[in-house]
Amino acid sequence: MDIELQKVSFAYAPGTPFEKRALFDVDLAIPSDSYQAIIGHTGSGKSTILQHLNALLKPTEGSVRIGDRTIHAGKKENDLRPVRQKVGIVFQFPEHQLFEETVLKDIIFGPMNFGVSEEEAINRAHTLIKLVGLPESVLEKSPFDLSGGQMRRVAIAGVLAMEPEVIVLDEPTAGLDPRGRTEIMELFYRLHRERHLTTILVTHSMEDAARYADRIAIMHEGHCVLTGTPEEIFSNAEELVNYRLELPHVVRFQHQLEQKMGRKLPKLCLTEEELAKTIAQLLREERDGQ
Amino acid sequence: MMDKMIFGRFIPGDSFVHRLDPRSKLIFVFAFIIVVFLANNTPTYIVLLAFTLLVILMSRIKLYFLINGLKPIIILMVFTFLLHIFFTKEGPLIFEWKFIHIYEQGLRQGIYISIRFLVLVFVTSILTLTTSPISITDGMEVLLGPLKKFKLPVHELALMMSISLRFIPTLMDETDKIMKAQMARGSDITTGPIKDRIKAVVPLLVPLFVSAFKRAEDLATAMEVRGYRGGEGRTRYRQLKWSIEDTVALLSIVVITAILVYLRS
Amino acid sequence: MHEILSLNHVTFTYAPEEPTVKKAVEDVSFHVEEGEWIAIVGHNGSGKSTIARLISGLLFPQSGTVNVLGQTLSEENLWESRSQIGMVFQNPDNQFVGATVQDDVAFALENNGVPYEDMVERVHEALKQVKMDDFLNHEPQHLSGGQKQRVAIAGALALRPRLLILDEATSMLDPQGRQEVLSVVRDLREKTGLTVLSITHDLEEAVMADRLLFMNGGKKYAEGTPSEIFALGDQLIELGLDLPFAMKLTKLLQAESVQLQGENMTEEQLVNDLWTSNFKK
Repeated sequence: MDIELQKVSFAYAPGTPFEKRALFDVDLAIPSDSYQAIIGHTGSGKSTILQHLNALLKPTEGSVRIGDRTIHAGKKENDLRPVRQKVGIVFQFPEHQLFEETVLKDIIFGPMNFGVSEEEAINRAHTLIKLVGLPESVLEKSPFDLSGGQMRRVAIAGVLAMEPEVIVLDEPTAGLDPRGRTEIMELFYRLHRERHLTTILVTHSMEDAARYADRIAIMHEGHCVLTGTPEEIFSNAEELVNYRLELPHVVRFQHQLEQKMGRKLPKLCLTEEELAKTIAQLLREERDGQ
Repeated sequence: MMDKMIFGRFIPGDSFVHRLDPRSKLIFVFAFIIVVFLANNTPTYIVLLAFTLLVILMSRIKLYFLINGLKPIIILMVFTFLLHIFFTKEGPLIFEWKFIHIYEQGLRQGIYISIRFLVLVFVTSILTLTTSPISITDGMEVLLGPLKKFKLPVHELALMMSISLRFIPTLMDETDKIMKAQMARGSDITTGPIKDRIKAVVPLLVPLFVSAFKRAEDLATAMEVRGYRGGEGRTRYRQLKWSIEDTVALLSIVVITAILVYLRS
Repeated sequence: MHEILSLNHVTFTYAPEEPTVKKAVEDVSFHVEEGEWIAIVGHNGSGKSTIARLISGLLFPQSGTVNVLGQTLSEENLWESRSQIGMVFQNPDNQFVGATVQDDVAFALENNGVPYEDMVERVHEALKQVKMDDFLNHEPQHLSGGQKQRVAIAGALALRPRLLILDEATSMLDPQGRQEVLSVVRDLREKTGLTVLSITHDLEEAVMADRLLFMNGGKKYAEGTPSEIFALGDQLIELGLDLPFAMKLTKLLQAESVQLQGENMTEEQLVNDLWTSNFKK
């Protein structure tokens, strides 16, 4: 499913002395099956955008099209559940949303709110708990007896159980240790590739955006200032500096190396693996050429 | 979420009223509440209104905030006004229609009581609008200090108060976040039939309590590590300074009292 | 060198009645000298935060001793020892006690009965050290995570401690906030030579330390300089940590049979290594 923001502006507390504008004329189209990263500093408006993606916030101006439903500014909307079912959001520190007595009950909470039968919801819970890397025995435990990392996986399973067509991730790895971080990111990447889940990653990690996303949008002070593929975005180092953003580690390293060599590598590499392969390839070609 | 709460909000500024010591402001408001009940005829109510207007002008608070402060009690005001109009049957009859009889005294009393409400709300609002909650707490702690002799845990109460004030915005943010997270999972407390809304309270409250307890635990640890062990032997960083203006403010209350006593019938 | 802190064969369990339950900290010994920056690394649940709680006297070990400034920590000297140690915790919100920045920095001073004039001076000085002196009257809800943590550091510094403990103080921050906090700590070390103990799983923070203590399953797995620890390579990854970028790339290049001299800790080393071993002809 695709989502399109058209000239979206948003203000908190409009019409009071405390009015605070958070978004200005944002245009952003997220096609079906894509992996879109939205990057920006804290306060750049990326969390506000995120809440527009399933109508938790409605634009003050402009419109948001979510699949075949369009949310217009100033119009009263009734029953947004179908929209919310299709767009699942994994909020930052999602473990804070757990509330049920058992993990199972918490996972089936979402789907049952959207009218899925209990039996079906329980089935989904059993499949998903394994998918997020926890044993099935966890289902009968209280979520509050689990470790922080386990709680996060349960919360993620709870969102996936709604079987959304789009999944929105808000800093899904914040506070995790390196292994936990990789596991969670790989899990979502697998879902994206295997189930064609449209994925929107809201993050300040250039590394994750470079590694996983196929499209990137940069937010700065409420404006969407840059959009493009990772290659396009990261070959534009001067522009990024304006928004106080850094290049991913790999790209910075590639630049360093190119400067030393006095020439360019054949392409811009976005992961360490790709860079290692490219360098090895270059060396082989040079050897064979001699 | 915070934006809806204009009543009771502190608006920073640098007016005469803003600069007053919280102790003098607290005493002032407390005395004013009593003094208001001295008024009992038209001249005295005019004096009260004029005095309140003066305080408002000196605080340089926009009328917007004061009017907003009235909203929660407007129904109460209208209700008492009507009560007096319909049920005080003294003085000449001035209006009659079917079963409605309005007497002069009723109208008079209705207006008086409304003015009383108005000045009380305005003056207490001025207190909260011009004094940060933490200064109010400081003022209270000092003013209630003598009660320590009667084993009232004044320091602890003040600390509890200031920590609660400190955490209100944090918990409001948290409420908003959890509400949004549960809304995204199809449980909406803001719309739908009342039955569904009640059901949506549990998914909101449980996480909120869990997190509040976690915060309380963290905070207690942090306070302990930073050497907190009760009020004994502590010094105070927040100092209160009584200036000539404070004395003037309190004198104005004495003057008003004298005028009211002289004018009242 | 003056010893600031030492742990001798410290063992701690949260469930002393049940010997089968795994101990949170088991037979850990190490010491910290004055002026050192030591980092305790390990994945979540490796026992690193329990160590911080043992040092600050929030917990007492079932066996072994914790010595702070030459004294064995006990109920009697607990408060004295706490006045010598500044500690910054993980969650920026949950340690901000005061209504404003300056009130919060003064909190520990008030607790220790420091006279008013002295307090004012120390609060300003401490806030200057963390570059937050323009924010004296700001309320916590108007500060970023990184700013709140800097205020927390100032709150610790105001007491003029002998040791600053950072208990995962950067793990909840965005990259910008993390940079702010780390650069403040680095500056402090340069200017005042403050002893720092940081507990972290952030590599960037770990590499900045003089010595690393690598915890796994409640035990000390290894101890050494950052290069010694990172030389463990794959073992680190197996135990849930990561390698610095340059070392990771070195391994990947070697796997692609690119000739390299050796372990490269920094990117500069790796660029030079690549250059001299391969391109420079």
